[in-house]
Amino acid sequence: MSTAWLTDLARIYPPARLLTQPAQLAPYESDALTAYKTRPAAVVIPETQDEVIAAVRICYQHDVPFVARGSGTSLSGASLPIQDGLLIALNRLNRIVRLDPEERIAVVEAGAINLNVTKAASPYGMYFAPDPSSQLVCTIGGNIAFNSGGAHCLKYGMTSNHVLGIKAVLADGEVVTLGGDSLEGAGPDLVGLFVGSEGLFGIALEITLRLLPKPERYRTILAAYDSLTKAGDAVAAVVASGLLPGALEIMDRLAIEAAEAAVNANYPPNAAALLIVELDGEAQQVEEEFRRLKPIIEASGAYEIRVARDDADRMRIWKGRKSAFSAVGRLSPDYLVNDGVVPRSRLGEALTEIERLSAAYGMRVANVFHAGDGNLHPLILYNGREAGAYQKAEQLAGEILRLCVAYGGSITGEHGIGVEKRDYLPVMFGENDIETMHRLRRACDPKEIANRGKMFPGGGAPALHQAGPHPLEVAGVISRE
Amino acid sequence: MEIIDPMSATPLAPGSIPDVQAAVRDHTHIHPCGAGTKTALAAAPNGATPLSLTGLSGMIEYQPGEFTFTALAGTPLTEIAAILARNGQYLPCDPLLAEAGATLGGTVAAGANGPGRYRYGGLRDFILGVRYVDAAGWLVYAGGKVVKNAAGFDLPKLMVGSLGQFGVLVELTCKVFPLPEAYATLRLDLPSMEAGVAAIIKLTAQPLDLDSLDLAPSAAGATLWVRLAGLADALPGRSERLRGVLGGGETVSGAEEAALWRAVRELTWVPAGWSLVKVPLTPKKILGLEQHLMAQDIRRYSVAGQVAWIATADRARLDAILTQTGLNGLVLIGPPAQVRLGVQPGASFERRVKQALDPHGRFPTR
Ligand SMILES: Cc1cc2nc3c(=O)[nH]c(=O)nc-3n(C[C@H](O)[C@H](O)[C@H](O)COP(=O)(O)OP(=O)(O)OC[C@H]3O[C@@H](n4cnc5c(N)ncnc54)[C@H](O)[C@@H]3O)c2cc1C
Repeated sequence: MSTAWLTDLARIYPPARLLTQPAQLAPYESDALTAYKTRPAAVVIPETQDEVIAAVRICYQHDVPFVARGSGTSLSGASLPIQDGLLIALNRLNRIVRLDPEERIAVVEAGAINLNVTKAASPYGMYFAPDPSSQLVCTIGGNIAFNSGGAHCLKYGMTSNHVLGIKAVLADGEVVTLGGDSLEGAGPDLVGLFVGSEGLFGIALEITLRLLPKPERYRTILAAYDSLTKAGDAVAAVVASGLLPGALEIMDRLAIEAAEAAVNANYPPNAAALLIVELDGEAQQVEEEFRRLKPIIEASGAYEIRVARDDADRMRIWKGRKSAFSAVGRLSPDYLVNDGVVPRSRLGEALTEIERLSAAYGMRVANVFHAGDGNLHPLILYNGREAGAYQKAEQLAGEILRLCVAYGGSITGEHGIGVEKRDYLPVMFGENDIETMHRLRRACDPKEIANRGKMFPGGGAPALHQAGPHPLEVAGVISRE
Repeated sequence: MEIIDPMSATPLAPGSIPDVQAAVRDHTHIHPCGAGTKTALAAAPNGATPLSLTGLSGMIEYQPGEFTFTALAGTPLTEIAAILARNGQYLPCDPLLAEAGATLGGTVAAGANGPGRYRYGGLRDFILGVRYVDAAGWLVYAGGKVVKNAAGFDLPKLMVGSLGQFGVLVELTCKVFPLPEAYATLRLDLPSMEAGVAAIIKLTAQPLDLDSLDLAPSAAGATLWVRLAGLADALPGRSERLRGVLGGGETVSGAEEAALWRAVRELTWVPAGWSLVKVPLTPKKILGLEQHLMAQDIRRYSVAGQVAWIATADRARLDAILTQTGLNGLVLIGPPAQVRLGVQPGASFERRVKQALDPHGRFPTR
């Protein structure tokens, strides 16, 4: 391997921020899809946007593939390094450049942590709406790459709906500025195209985000059912009623048991399914919505209904939900998070079919999902130490993805394609569709060096290795949703 | 093969997707348009054959329980709105010129959101999937039909405001929301535009779920319109509270209220022969722009000061002003001369996209 590019990098990066020793590289070998592991040739840790730009230009000049990495919480292997390539770790590029409560915008660098945007905005009574469960650690750059979601997409949309402008360095080194400060644009929505591009166009450096005033009132209901079908029907009834809740979430029996064991959520005992419905907004409107929601939930066959009394009560309800995935992880050494989406009217069918597949494969599957969006998160439990177990789990996951597409849905709602689902892209899209995406990619990255091997089918097979929980999960910092 | 005279006055109006593909393949320069309500954008630039999508019309898929629909690009918005309304649903981006006949495809390609986009978002926030005919005549699909989807590049969003440059939209899938039960508007006269901008900043900082928030200069200073939407029982209380925050205001309701916003949306206030220009901005940039504009330019600052609608008889002067103030604009209505004014953000990225999707320039470059 030629090292001229490393020499070039060393002119810009001090040794402490240009890592090449195996021991230094080890922490960067995987993202949160821990079944995959690749050692890059080097890692750089830029502290300024200019350093990122310089690194990209050096890569372009020397034909070296690179991967941008935020916090490495990708569940689809999208921030997996490329062997012999460069990993650009953006965690220190994390300044909040400007926050203007009057214009309701925050301009942040790509490595800024999602929750820190809300923390910075909260003295002004504002927040950044996209709330992936990983928001304590994941970066805005990572959120941009996937168009990440969270529990409140039903009403508030995904990351893209909250991004106004992006400054980015394209893979061939040109710096572009897309969009601006306004909610509106005139001309093609270039920001919209950049969001969700999984790092294949280049690296986002600085992002202008839209802030919202914090909702004045919340009304959170927890309902327990003796069957998953009843909970699913309740979701359909709420949606059909014309109410627009901020969140509509379901957990199944296995997920509830795990949450109970992990965080003592104090959920109603023996439930086959729990439904969380949350209304938010202007107080008077929310109270009126709540009056209308009550009879719908009362008629939905729930055997226990609780209404959060105060904010602490509300947080307790959410705590079990938000920790459910890592809690389920305690039941099994390893698990795969699936991210398929089905039309909401097919939710019941999809869950029944997943149950059948689970039995057929002899693998346990827990469900915790964004019911209001039809975004399933079947959690496939396996033991990575058993020969062939990961492959079997992946096969089961694949069947679920095909099922979602057959129902008219999608292979990913919010976690992205990455390496994990790249072979399923053709299940959803035809040759022309994928070729069009290739052309857009090459227009920004003629040498295909930015995140090479991700999203598109084919590409070098990344190395599978024995799995285990994400280091941050072990530390109890994050949990999967 | 039929010979089509590019100089003929009647535009091509294919009735099926394969016919659109054939029309694209048969013409080296072709310009898609809908019902032509956005006159400046609909007119085919020099030498391009106009391709009308009005023959490609109709709702294809609509299951109310899904809160999504798929329709052909030439479907009139009024048709879509009527079907949705029967099921208690609507497109919250509040599209412009619906009653004038605007089509879904033209609305997306022009990015023509109305004042009500303030509450839940514009077309970019409600578009889920597109099918379009590309420059080689192939049918391309992108996005999906479900409300949440992160698979593949987000071409549906790129098509919002694409101005026909990248392909011919033939089918679109959008998400919809429950139709508000009732509306009420508060109108407030203010002594100056400064006071108007201050009112916008004050209102938007509060946890008030406003549907629309528009400001326009008036003889006495400025007028502010604040629209509330939601459950009927909660509206009187919410209006009262809003009046308290504003320190006054006159309530407009019923037919008068609906007519007020319809006029805004239908652009009936734009004098014949003038150009209507959309300028994205933020509340704090309003006063700076006001300094440059002439008294005779008609201005309406909509979407809580996030967009200026400017009707002008002198487009060249407005172009110069926008360039000077670092803003950009899009001409929707008026003579089909240069339609993009001022400084275009991301111009070089847009050129790359154009090069990738239409390397031989079959569709006009705007
Ligand atoms: C416990 C847990 C819970 C989660 N919960 C959710 C959830 O509720 N909803 C959800 O949507 N996701 C969730 N995720 C997935 C993940 O957190 C998100 O995808 C997140 O956006 C990734 O951010 P990151 O900073 O870790 O990015 P990384 O994993 O470091 O990178 C992700 C992708 O973004 C690219 N990238 C990173 N920075 C940039 C940049 N500046 N410019 C261009 N490309 C860039 C990378 O190359 C990679 O392709 C969860 C993950 C975990 C581990």
